[in-house]
Amino acid sequence: MMYPWLWRHLPGPAWARVTMLVLATAIVVLGLFEWVFPWVSQILPFQEQTVGA
Amino acid sequence: MSTTTSPPLSNRRRASRGWIALLGELLITAGVLLGLYVVWQLFYTDIQSARTQHAALEQLHFPETIQPPVVASASDGDVASDPNLIPEELKVYSPEGAPVLAEPAAPETFAALWVPRWGDGYIKPISEGTERRITLDALGIGHYTGTAMPGGVGNFAIAGHRTTYGKPFSDIDALQAGDALVVQTDAAWYVYRVTSSEIVLPFQVEVIAPVPGKPGTPATVASITLTSCHPRFSAAKRFIVHGELEYWAPSGHGYPQEVVTQP
Repeated sequence: MMYPWLWRHLPGPAWARVTMLVLATAIVVLGLFEWVFPWVSQILPFQEQTVGA
Repeated sequence: MSTTTSPPLSNRRRASRGWIALLGELLITAGVLLGLYVVWQLFYTDIQSARTQHAALEQLHFPETIQPPVVASASDGDVASDPNLIPEELKVYSPEGAPVLAEPAAPETFAALWVPRWGDGYIKPISEGTERRITLDALGIGHYTGTAMPGGVGNFAIAGHRTTYGKPFSDIDALQAGDALVVQTDAAWYVYRVTSSEIVLPFQVEVIAPVPGKPGTPATVASITLTSCHPRFSAAKRFIVHGELEYWAPSGHGYPQEVVTQP
């Protein structure tokens, strides 16, 4: 549904659409790695190594 | 999308098929996101933190360069006279007279930790505080605020990740009694020796008391305590290593012998 919709609405020939999608994916992954995941990891309790009450 | 090969569908069936396709796409997307999170946690945090920890070491300008020293005579056993090593008469086998830093504000990096058991090149920065985001995740080893500073009477307590984020305490379970834990500051070298290790529950704060395990007792010796998580990839328990100061020596006179020879 959403991915076919995206494909249909991107302009240009197939190779141009693939390039755009690869770029968009790279930007999304960078955003996740640099900001979203570091923030999420503060909430998850798996990574504590200090002692404290 | 070819409409000639599939049988004609009623509008209602077509709509429900669309919703199922959307649900499928959302589930696949969620699966990919979870997979990416695991990749980020297991691999990318190491790369990111290695970079910031290296930068933190680079900005320390101590009298001895923060690099494994090259001591020509280390192989034939006669290292005592090497000019790169601290002469015996400068070593003080007691915390008396040791320069003790004032506790800086978090997350300032104030010392380097050398652990020969973890390899010749094991040198990591020690920064103030144990808050994860600003100290432990980014800078590696963090000093429990309010505990003693290096060389001070009391318990110099530090924490570090066992897995991910550069994993400074990855091999904490490999430390054995007698192993050297060498702390370098601008003013001095402090050589601690591992005395014991234990596995405790996360709330057992008595391990970082001035006298480890005996909260409320005034300290008479300079201790060191390392805390990390246990088992690996879990936060169920804590792996604790205790040590005591063997000697300290003023900086500017070479390296401690411990950091050039394997234990």
